[in-house]
Amino acid sequence: MDLSMKWLRDYVDRDFETKQFCYDMTMTGSKVEGYGVEGDEIKNVVVGKILSVVPHENSDHLVVCQVDVGKGEPIQIVTGASNVNAGDIVPVALDDSYLPGGKHIKKGKLRGVESNGMLCSLGELGLTVHDFPYAIEDGIFIMQEDCEIGQDIRSAIGLNDTTVEFEITSNRPDCLSVIGLAREAAATYGMDFAEPEPKYKGVDGDITEKINVVIENTDLCRRYIGGYVKNVKIGPSPRWLRERLRASGLRPINNLVDITNYVMLEYGQPMHAFDARFIKGNEIHVRNARAGETITTLDGNVRELSPEMLVIADTEKPVAVAGVMGGEYSGIMDDTVDVIFESASFNGASVRRTAKKLGMRTDSSARFEKGLDPNLCEPAIMRAFELVELLGCGEVLNTKIDRFPNPPAPKTVEFTPDWINRFLGIDIPAEQMAGYLKKIGFEVNGSEITVPYYRVDIESKADVAEEVARFYGYNNIPGANLTGVADARLTPAQKLTRTLESACIAQGLYEIETFSFISPKYYDKINLPVDSKLRNSVTILNPLGEDTSVMRTTVLPSMCEVLARNYNYRNAEAALFELGSEYIPTEEGKLPEEPQRLSIGIYGGGCDFFSLKGIVEQIFRAVGLDGVEYEAASAGCGFDEYSMFHPGRVAVASFDGKPIAILGEMHPSVSENYGIGVRAYCAKINASEILGISVPEKTYKPLPKFPAATRDVSLICDDDTPVAVLEKLISKAVGGVLEKIKLFDVYKGEQIAGDKKSVAFSIVMRSHDGTLTDDQADAAMKRVRKALSEIGAEVR
Amino acid sequence: MKQALERIGQCAKSELDSIRDSKDLEALRIKFLGKKGELTAIMKGMASLSAEERPVIGQIANKVRSDIEEAIEKKANELKAAAFELKLKEEKLDVTLPGKSRELGRLHPLDAVMHEIEDIFIGMGFDVASGPEVEYDYYNFEALNLPPDHPARDTQDTFYISDNVLLRTQTSPVQIRVMEQKKPPIRIIAPGRVYRSDAVDATHSPLFHQIEGLVVDKGITMGDLVGISEMFIKRLYGENLKIRLRPHHFPFTEPSAEVDMECFNCGGKGCSMCKGEGYIELWGSGMVHPKVLKNCGIDPEVYSGFAFGMGLERLVMRKYGITDLRLLYENDLRFLGQF
Repeated sequence: MDLSMKWLRDYVDRDFETKQFCYDMTMTGSKVEGYGVEGDEIKNVVVGKILSVVPHENSDHLVVCQVDVGKGEPIQIVTGASNVNAGDIVPVALDDSYLPGGKHIKKGKLRGVESNGMLCSLGELGLTVHDFPYAIEDGIFIMQEDCEIGQDIRSAIGLNDTTVEFEITSNRPDCLSVIGLAREAAATYGMDFAEPEPKYKGVDGDITEKINVVIENTDLCRRYIGGYVKNVKIGPSPRWLRERLRASGLRPINNLVDITNYVMLEYGQPMHAFDARFIKGNEIHVRNARAGETITTLDGNVRELSPEMLVIADTEKPVAVAGVMGGEYSGIMDDTVDVIFESASFNGASVRRTAKKLGMRTDSSARFEKGLDPNLCEPAIMRAFELVELLGCGEVLNTKIDRFPNPPAPKTVEFTPDWINRFLGIDIPAEQMAGYLKKIGFEVNGSEITVPYYRVDIESKADVAEEVARFYGYNNIPGANLTGVADARLTPAQKLTRTLESACIAQGLYEIETFSFISPKYYDKINLPVDSKLRNSVTILNPLGEDTSVMRTTVLPSMCEVLARNYNYRNAEAALFELGSEYIPTEEGKLPEEPQRLSIGIYGGGCDFFSLKGIVEQIFRAVGLDGVEYEAASAGCGFDEYSMFHPGRVAVASFDGKPIAILGEMHPSVSENYGIGVRAYCAKINASEILGISVPEKTYKPLPKFPAATRDVSLICDDDTPVAVLEKLISKAVGGVLEKIKLFDVYKGEQIAGDKKSVAFSIVMRSHDGTLTDDQADAAMKRVRKALSEIGAEVR
Repeated sequence: MKQALERIGQCAKSELDSIRDSKDLEALRIKFLGKKGELTAIMKGMASLSAEERPVIGQIANKVRSDIEEAIEKKANELKAAAFELKLKEEKLDVTLPGKSRELGRLHPLDAVMHEIEDIFIGMGFDVASGPEVEYDYYNFEALNLPPDHPARDTQDTFYISDNVLLRTQTSPVQIRVMEQKKPPIRIIAPGRVYRSDAVDATHSPLFHQIEGLVVDKGITMGDLVGISEMFIKRLYGENLKIRLRPHHFPFTEPSAEVDMECFNCGGKGCSMCKGEGYIELWGSGMVHPKVLKNCGIDPEVYSGFAFGMGLERLVMRKYGITDLRLLYENDLRFLGQF
């Protein structure tokens, strides 16, 4: 809402220092976004009178003028304009003057003739013919204003208003008006505010002979007032009215239309004016649109209406979209004779839906959608009548039609000073509170407050408390310390998150943050099987773009994107992690599951599969998971992302038989999809599932009292046999005295057949009952050799 | 014999002078003092001496032995010290060479600041609550006093999944879920991701983070909100920065307030950080609207509360002087490595 400070002063008689005013209003709840001073770019431009015009000696299209600028001696100015004559009053930009856009005017010579400034057009002053309809667009602005020679041009043409821009919140439609803001301003400065009471004389005439109004849908239209103005004289509005519209950001059109806009700005009640000639059947019906109906709105667009939309119609067709925009056909034209004024109350939600569906948010709809009170219709139309008479642009019938089937009772709320004091943490007397409330139009009677109709936002005592706080001053509320027992801690899930993060950081990983929505194409990019359930994503109906249109069902594509980005940025190595959610659809209309996942991605720096596995192992160690088992992953391993990995270099980690992580080298084709030119490695750990695993409490085990016996075993087995299988076998064969198995060599190559490998372990055995004898150790090793030979391994 | 002893003493001493390492020293010790050494050989001849001479010569012999022993020990110490010195000299390192370690990773700046804020609030008795990001319209809007067609919904451009499911536009639905499940006293913060249909640019992102707080108990006042605001700033910035409350409107609080804090950069004098205002926005806040309490089955006649909410990105950007929000989601290691 742009407020003209000149307009404000009609209602609040006070000199305002603009900056202070902005601050003061903000602190009582009318937030100021900023302000602008009209014409502040114009400097050293004055009113001048042309004394003579003679042709330029060296030019056919230039003329030389002598101009009186109120400084005794006239000055000489050369102009190319053809519309100047002796006696004309014109704006003169003197030597060293400034015009809008930073244009600097200095004296000089034009084709050898001295020129001491410039005569200005409307455009050069930043104006249009809408501001001064008698002037022409291209040519010098020949002024018809009441002004003095030498007067500053800004005051001469009224280009000296200050406009303050307010951010009005959706609960205060009353402040989308000059009067509403004036009321707030008066209360801010502790001044009384006199509510205006518009009056008009009118001419005799029965409006019901002219027009009838029928509200067919009283839910969506609570009140409709129709007024009738005869014999209108369409023309430009007077300058003061045009200035105020301009300062408020509206374009002056003609006097009748300007009056409706002026009233909307002043009272906050949108109005409309119809040309009575085009209301067929002389009837106005407020009804829902019929299927298939269309209307050409004032902006010239054809709009398709639908039955949930409310329209103003004559007996044949819609003539306006209720509360949004009027129809072109019945709009005010230069030859309009009789005008019907509409001041009505439409349902906010309905106006909002209609405006949204038609894609046309107007000053009118923006006000209606916040829910205006039907009591506002009356003073608004009265003001319109008053203005018609003030401008002398028509005869107002002294009767009007007012359809108001269910006038609401005045709203009351309880006045609870003690509660308000307690609620705000202040201590002020009831009278002081009542004083604040009265200033903004509330009536206080004992323990009851009558709320003025325009305050649609006031419903409860908490709302009253806010009004008191606003004028007492939010910043006068003293800070207090919360009391009571405070017992806060991280939940197990939050602790786990932090542990995982610490472990990742200890492993040298950098945390990343990626978007939760991805492109469905990303599933192709990671080679996800076409029938994978992960392709069933939560889909956004109105995404910003395809790239962010589905909620990810796997965190790995996000990781791949970031790896690729870093590779493209020529970062030689990367080690990254993200703790993020996946969004797994459940039933239709129900919320998806949002399991937490830890994704890891690395490339460069000499890393390989085992670097990644080492990181994963340490992370499991950090969260206390002992006995995680790794095996080669396969298509049915429980992770559909399997297909994004190198089939020979991917493992699934399981705990208690349940898969909890997949880790591996990126499939070369996936690397290619992402444009990553080196081997990259990724892992996904099901963090939420780890939370479900109960990690046993740690208990102390006595330190060993007896020495250990160590034996090495070296064997040759099939290349396909996983080391993990050999370890398990040895472990079982050694039995209870086993303390540790340590792999110390894997060899393939010379002296070993192509499909075989040589593996060597060091086995540490210890008994807690006494020193292990050689016989005991040898017996264990004998069992080991037997077990190994049973699977075809050759012990060396 | 006496002369022989003295000669041995002198001989040992002069040989000792030329000894350069511990091996030669040991050879010398054996040569003079060993079982087959020169001194031992002479001592064996003692038997042939007279009873008068024996103690005299014995004394001399002992003196010579102890002198030699002493000299050897002294030499040994000298050699050891020299050897140490040599070894230490040889082992000199260029200590400015880099250390050997696996470099630590880093938290993302958003997460690092989030944890800092969480820890501050845990210290003030606030639990950390969470809720779904894909949320019902009811929790995101309706229960928060934003019924369908409420004009304030326009200010939060929403991503919809279906008519009644959306991506939460604020962390406030967590408040509702907590109040539905827990009886007062309630003291929580709800940090998390929120979504709004804003195109990506230097200051906007369709996904960002909020941290929301809620306190509900008997006798909670707006003064408590002021107090928490002051305390939080003190703990985050370590200074007594002034706060300023501006009336505002949020559908789920009444009264509502924007809380500004004195600019931590210039202390209120006005700088580029605060655009010359001297103050920067901390959070939106207010007393929980009675309708919201009622929606969650909490009697507004018995309980009252306050809530506040802030955007994490802006806080992080201000803290580190980051001027482009996109950097936070690009995850360039050259950026991440700076925090």
